[in-house]
Amino acid sequence: MKPFDYVRAESREDALRADGRVIAGGTNLLDLMKLEVETPDRLIDVTRLDLREITRQENSLRIGALVSNADLAADETVRRDYPVLSRALLAGASAQLRNKATTGGNLMQRTRCPYFYDTTQPCNKREPGTGCQAMEGFNRILAILGTSDKCIATHPSDMAVAMRALDARVEIESPTGETRMLTLDEFYLLPGDTPEKETVLEPGELITAVHLPEPPKGKQAYRKVRDRASYAFALVSVGAVIDVQGGKIAAASLAFGGLGPRPWRNADVEEALVGETPSDAVFDKAADVLLADAKGFGANDFKIPLTRRVLKAVLSDLTGVSQ
Amino acid sequence: MTEHLKMDEVQPRLLDETGQGAITRPMDRPEGPLKVSGRATYAAEYKAANMAFGVMVRAGITKGGYSIDESSVKDMDGFLGVWTDHMIRNSAQGMMDTNPVQLGQRVQYLGQPIAVVAAETFEQARHIANRLKVDYSPEDGDVDPETASQVDQSVALDQGDLEQAMKDAEFTVDSTYTTKPHNSAPMEPHASLAEWDGEKLTLHGSYQMLKYNKNELADSLDMDADDIRILAPYVGGGFGSKLGIAAEAVGAAVAAKALKRPVRVVMSRQNVFEMVVRRTETRQRVRLAADKDGRLTGLGHDNRQSNLPDEGFSEPVTLATHFLYGGENRRYEQEVARVHRMAAGSVRAPGEAVGMLALENAMDELAETVGIDPIDLRVRNIPEIHPESGKQYSSRSLAQCLKEGAASFGWDQRKGPKERREGEWYVGMGVAAAARTNILMESKARVTLNPDGTALVETDMTDIGTGTYAILGQIAAEMLGLDPSKVTVDLGDTDLPAGSGSGGSWGAASAGSSVFLGAKAIRAKLAERLGCEPSALRLQDGMATGGNNRRPLAELMEGPIAEEGHIEPGDMSDEMQQAGYGAHFAEVAVNSVTGEVRVRRTLSAMAAGRILNEKTAASQVHGGMIWGIGTALHEAIEHDPRTGHVVNNDLAEYHVPVHLDVPQLDVMFIEERDDHANPMQVKGIGELGLAGAGAAVTNAIYNACGVRVRDYPATPDRIFPHL
Ligand SMILES: Cc1cc2nc3c(=O)[nH]c(=O)nc-3n(C[C@H](O)[C@H](O)[C@H](O)COP(=O)(O)OP(=O)(O)OC[C@H]3O[C@@H](n4cnc5c(N)ncnc54)[C@H](O)[C@@H]3O)c2cc1C
Ligand code: SF4
Repeated sequence: MKPFDYVRAESREDALRADGRVIAGGTNLLDLMKLEVETPDRLIDVTRLDLREITRQENSLRIGALVSNADLAADETVRRDYPVLSRALLAGASAQLRNKATTGGNLMQRTRCPYFYDTTQPCNKREPGTGCQAMEGFNRILAILGTSDKCIATHPSDMAVAMRALDARVEIESPTGETRMLTLDEFYLLPGDTPEKETVLEPGELITAVHLPEPPKGKQAYRKVRDRASYAFALVSVGAVIDVQGGKIAAASLAFGGLGPRPWRNADVEEALVGETPSDAVFDKAADVLLADAKGFGANDFKIPLTRRVLKAVLSDLTGVSQ
Repeated sequence: MTEHLKMDEVQPRLLDETGQGAITRPMDRPEGPLKVSGRATYAAEYKAANMAFGVMVRAGITKGGYSIDESSVKDMDGFLGVWTDHMIRNSAQGMMDTNPVQLGQRVQYLGQPIAVVAAETFEQARHIANRLKVDYSPEDGDVDPETASQVDQSVALDQGDLEQAMKDAEFTVDSTYTTKPHNSAPMEPHASLAEWDGEKLTLHGSYQMLKYNKNELADSLDMDADDIRILAPYVGGGFGSKLGIAAEAVGAAVAAKALKRPVRVVMSRQNVFEMVVRRTETRQRVRLAADKDGRLTGLGHDNRQSNLPDEGFSEPVTLATHFLYGGENRRYEQEVARVHRMAAGSVRAPGEAVGMLALENAMDELAETVGIDPIDLRVRNIPEIHPESGKQYSSRSLAQCLKEGAASFGWDQRKGPKERREGEWYVGMGVAAAARTNILMESKARVTLNPDGTALVETDMTDIGTGTYAILGQIAAEMLGLDPSKVTVDLGDTDLPAGSGSGGSWGAASAGSSVFLGAKAIRAKLAERLGCEPSALRLQDGMATGGNNRRPLAELMEGPIAEEGHIEPGDMSDEMQQAGYGAHFAEVAVNSVTGEVRVRRTLSAMAAGRILNEKTAASQVHGGMIWGIGTALHEAIEHDPRTGHVVNNDLAEYHVPVHLDVPQLDVMFIEERDDHANPMQVKGIGELGLAGAGAAVTNAIYNACGVRVRDYPATPDRIFPHL
């Protein structure tokens, strides 16, 4: 671990003024610092800031950036109105980690690509221009959608998948005191030629909250497939909100984990479903749309057929159609 | 005085006569409270005045020469030094007793320890190790066992004519199975604190077999073993990875000597995944030839595995295959590919852990082919005498384990593939036999009985989380007629009489026998003082009875009586085929959408001679079954196809079972005595619980959904495409 300065921010102004790297729960950043994958000169501890509230606002639920994953999952409103989020959180990490992990930190966690973690290995995300060792290496857990020839990493969060399905927006405060609100698609970048840049967050900016809009109509589900029963990242996960009215799909919102460099959502998939009478064929069509551009890299090829199966099972469950 | 016994003949069942009731009962571990409250001191927790901190430096290339550039780090904060002297390539293999491979300035695998850095603080040392500039001259090297250019081939056995037997057979199985490499993943990482006093070295370490470790360390450092003392009173799991001296011990000793101050080196989790030993991957072909009733006429078991060049160890894949089932035509071939991956060595139940995955999977296939119940098939194939050596078997309750286990598990409720479905889940049951060779090793212990009715047991034997403290105390208590709470057990110090060490499931039987013998010698003295024959002596709750005399112990003793017990293996090991046996049962559910597998319940019916402590023995079986679940479902080291390095070198990506993967695990012991094993009639149980366990799980997967998993582990992607 490279020696670093430590600043404890007592106020938001403090945090925004201090020039350095934000640390919240530390469950991801500290691991990366020990391995010197991350080498910040200064850490700004934001855990004293007043960002731990979950507040009901007009038309939305505001989740402070420091709300722990455990508290968010247990929140009564979230469990009642946004069960997909509660389920996703509880499907992630372990109880100990969820107690420390924060909402902001979870959004900002880095990929679990094993080559990213090993400083003896080339990695465009860690050291731009060195190459991607995963592409022809062990890539079982890596992405099949949204990849580039520079990087095939996945974003590992479960929480963010559910938030994406719920049309959440990230509240960001800049050093000049301005606040902006971004959807997760606006917030996360695709790797393209610059896999080292994962979000639009500018240096000095702070995530202050996540906003969930009014609870959506319909049924919600989060389904995660993983190599062991708990405490493993998703091979494939689906966060879904489906509303069926009069035997037809009235609204659909689907986000996927384990597939792409950001929580994956494709409006065309939802379009393929809305207005249709739920059936196996309709679900297959939705899967076709989702997977049209999917590309495996050997060890992760299985994710393509697995995604289809999981998507169809989730849709069957939520629409009451038996496969 | 020393009571010495070479196990050349059957011994009387003294422990059935003693009657104190200290033995067999499920006594809690006496050191348990210390462990759960953090008061048991492990190697990495020792501190010494003026201690410096060391960190191992890992090689960044697969093969080639290297030199370190000290100037790149010498101005960094806290820097004390960096050394490459005496570096060992990997841990010593179990009972090697000499130094592991030392290469000088050469790398043979990515991740190899190539230097030790020392600094004033741990954080500084780790940072320096990260920043140290190493100049490499890389060379090409084989990393893939399937295509390696150097392959050592051997035919372990060629008896009769297997080819012909396969041709003539009514039913055959000819299947290939693969297993991935495994890591021991002990909870406590390897750690050493080295302190020199002139030429004398004291090492607080975390090791399984101290009498060998002392010699291995001495040889690695080119010094006299008599000048080394190793202390390892608590070891947080070993599973083979701490059988032999490891890099951090050598590194700590080298740095401490140069600095003239104590140095502590603790391996990181990543180091444990790379610098110690892994279990090799295997590719196994099993051939079974059977007559119309499913009786084996031929059995073939070939394997290909890998290791580093010049590494003597090979996984004894066919260990149990030799004696478990009959069949007169037999052939086993082995190939060891020489590759530049981290060293392969002993990981819990070397041989059976993977060999029985294949063998017991194949037996399930045969049962299916012949159309008889898998339990029936196994019982039919239990041979009268060893099918290769012709030896007699000692105690062998395999059939009982299978039958009584089946009855208790509800085996008669088993249906066929896809016949039992609950929602999305297919449910099924599987069985596998367990067998693990029983071994007796030389071991010494000193037992002291004090007039106040307390006793002391001393040996350099280790407790690696297995319950050695408990059972050695129970044995002494039983023999001396004391409550176990009156017995103190001192372990893990090379200044004490040399025990067997923990490994190969022989610890309880071997170290236990030495304690038994020491206590037996004390009994002889007490009998003499009481004026009776030793056979007439009864010791119970501090009272001695015999020859119409009944006296408190204190009255018979003027001072402490100390006796050494010394057990050695003898003719019984050679003349009799000795092994522990059992049967594992598993009920699993397979998700019809995703192929995810959840084990719902298991039962292990075990026969391992006399059980010394029903609780610690059951814990061993629980642990074995948990390992079985891991090997069946998710544990796999992944090597990079180009560099050979361990890609998933942490516990986030190397998936040992977590709580949710482990259901109710039931254990039943079949009452047994093994008169040929040792004077206590005990057999090893530490690895028996793992032997075959994973095959019960994959056989249950087949029974649930009709998918035969031959490539372990059975991750969802190996199942869902076939559903
Ligand atoms: C073994 C293991 C298993 C795991 N399994 C899962 C899993 O199954 N599913 C899953 O979703 N997650 C999993 N996680 C990841 C876990 O959810 C994240 O580590 C955690 O959410 C990160 O939150 P944190 O507060 O600890 O972040 P930190 O480690 O403190 O920070 C992470 C990053 O976020 C930045 N950051 C933090 N807060 C802010 C803010 N307010 N504004 C701007 N930037 C900020 C930091 O600068 C840093 O770059 C696992 C982690 C581990 C170690
Ligand atoms: S996939 Fe991305 S993170 Fe992984 S090695 Fe390639 S560039 Fe690095």
